[in-house]
Amino acid sequence: MTPTTLNQTGTTMAGTTRLSVRNIRKSFGTHEVLRGISLDARDGDVISLLGASGSGKSTFLRCINLLEIADHGEISVDGELIQMEQRGGKNVPANRRQVDRIRSELGMVFQSFNLWSHMTILENVIEGPVHVLKRPRAECIAEAEVLLEKVGIAEKRNAYPAHLSGGQQQRAAIARSLAMKPKVMLFDEPTSALDPELVGEVLRVMRSLAEEGMTMLVVTHEMSFARNVSNRVIFMKSGEIDSDGAPDQLFGSGGSPSFRQFIGNFGG
Amino acid sequence: MDITFMFETMKTLLAALPMTLALFSLSVFFGGLLALVIVWMRVSGNTIARNFAKGYIFVFRGSPLLIQMFLIFYGLGQFGFIRYSFLWPALREPFVCAVLSLALCTAGYTAEIFRFGLRAIPAKEIEAARSVGMSGFLLTRRILAPIAFRHALPAYSTEVVMMVKSTALASLVTVWEVTGVAQRLISQTYRTMEVFLCAAAIYLILNFLILQAMALLEYKLTPHRRAAPLFPVPQR
Ligand SMILES: Nc1ncnc2c1ncn2[C@@H]1O[C@H](COP(=O)(O)OP(=O)(O)OP(=O)(O)O)[C@@H](O)[C@H]1O
Ligand SMILES: [Mg+2]
Repeated sequence: MTPTTLNQTGTTMAGTTRLSVRNIRKSFGTHEVLRGISLDARDGDVISLLGASGSGKSTFLRCINLLEIADHGEISVDGELIQMEQRGGKNVPANRRQVDRIRSELGMVFQSFNLWSHMTILENVIEGPVHVLKRPRAECIAEAEVLLEKVGIAEKRNAYPAHLSGGQQQRAAIARSLAMKPKVMLFDEPTSALDPELVGEVLRVMRSLAEEGMTMLVVTHEMSFARNVSNRVIFMKSGEIDSDGAPDQLFGSGGSPSFRQFIGNFGG
Repeated sequence: MDITFMFETMKTLLAALPMTLALFSLSVFFGGLLALVIVWMRVSGNTIARNFAKGYIFVFRGSPLLIQMFLIFYGLGQFGFIRYSFLWPALREPFVCAVLSLALCTAGYTAEIFRFGLRAIPAKEIEAARSVGMSGFLLTRRILAPIAFRHALPAYSTEVVMMVKSTALASLVTVWEVTGVAQRLISQTYRTMEVFLCAAAIYLILNFLILQAMALLEYKLTPHRRAAPLFPVPQR
């Protein structure tokens, strides 16, 4: 893994900028979903993205790895700017190969796991390293087994996703992302589709990743994770960043009235 | 029933089985390859390619195979550019014409079967593949095609069985496959029932074997759709 600088306070510490987003805008038709969002994530940052339903959190994450194409703005991963160009009046990626490479450097964990259903758990985990990164299969299998051990589903390596519980599937999906050795991990409500008793096992895995210094951007409704694991909390409202700061500060007294009202709904 | 006659008939008909199998396997093979091209055009972003594929599927699904075969067998020679081309020695052969028309026809059906398979791929699994950096041919080879093929397999096995039966039409352009040989025997012996019963038995056994093979293939390819036998029920 990458050298780690644990940044507990959220204040600027020396550390490489892993992800830099400048003034992202995105509309669906006439509906402006993102209205100029900027964000820098340094090495080891764990940023929780909070916000009401429809505030644009998923769209923001999907713009970062170009599953949606922002209408405007710049994105750099580990110092590399994603090249865009205007074509037919639309903002589109200029270089497909760069897009593929950038995506391979960003791990994405989806709300509904999105494992490949016809492959075993082990096959899911080695698929990217073997076929995208073109690394030797035996090596990838050895690493995958370590990862599956780490997320606690080693005994499920030959099972199919349909044969696992939601919590196990999500841990498999995290292992699949980790197998690509991502520079930044993006999580879109990784525990929202899970039964309450399965949330904990996934959060534990995410917490240990955070402690190892993985740079993470996490859309979540788990206030305990935002408060106790992340070193920075961003609250989005109607496609804009409303509050941004260390969890102690925001959950203490620093949050805006909207933020207070939002966490009030979670009994925070 | 005359057992010796049946036995002799069987022997004669089985001698024509290699021809039926050759018609079948060549047309399924080339028809499958052509179907891949057609379905690729059909789902491509290019309007001309898409419309060409639509037209192709319409024509070859919408008209009788027998007429297609006659048009190719009797019709092609009327075009000077074909008659005087290097292809003519091949296209003059009844066998080549039969394989060509069988392949062209099955390609239209198979393209549609594959397209429905493609449409059944969960969008989320495609998104997951894109998010690890797959696109283009790699995405097709590793994710789209394997999932689509699994979805298409039941309908595709029906099409393959249809193809076995369609080879019988080749007898009408003078290819001596099982049905053609059966008709020749009948014209010599006038024993319609026995001869056609033998012929039907050959097709039935052949199709039984093909369906078994397809079912086995489907079984092997879809362990994820069955209950997990080797694993305990996930504790929830
Ligand atoms: N592909 C799309 N086409 C049209 N509108 C979309 C699309 N994706 C999202 N939207 C709209 O954009 C807005 C923001 O959606 P988004 O999914 O980003 O919200 P969110 O903050 O993730 O919400 P949730 O907490 O419910 O997941 C919503 O109003 C949604 O309807
Ligand atoms: Mg969302």
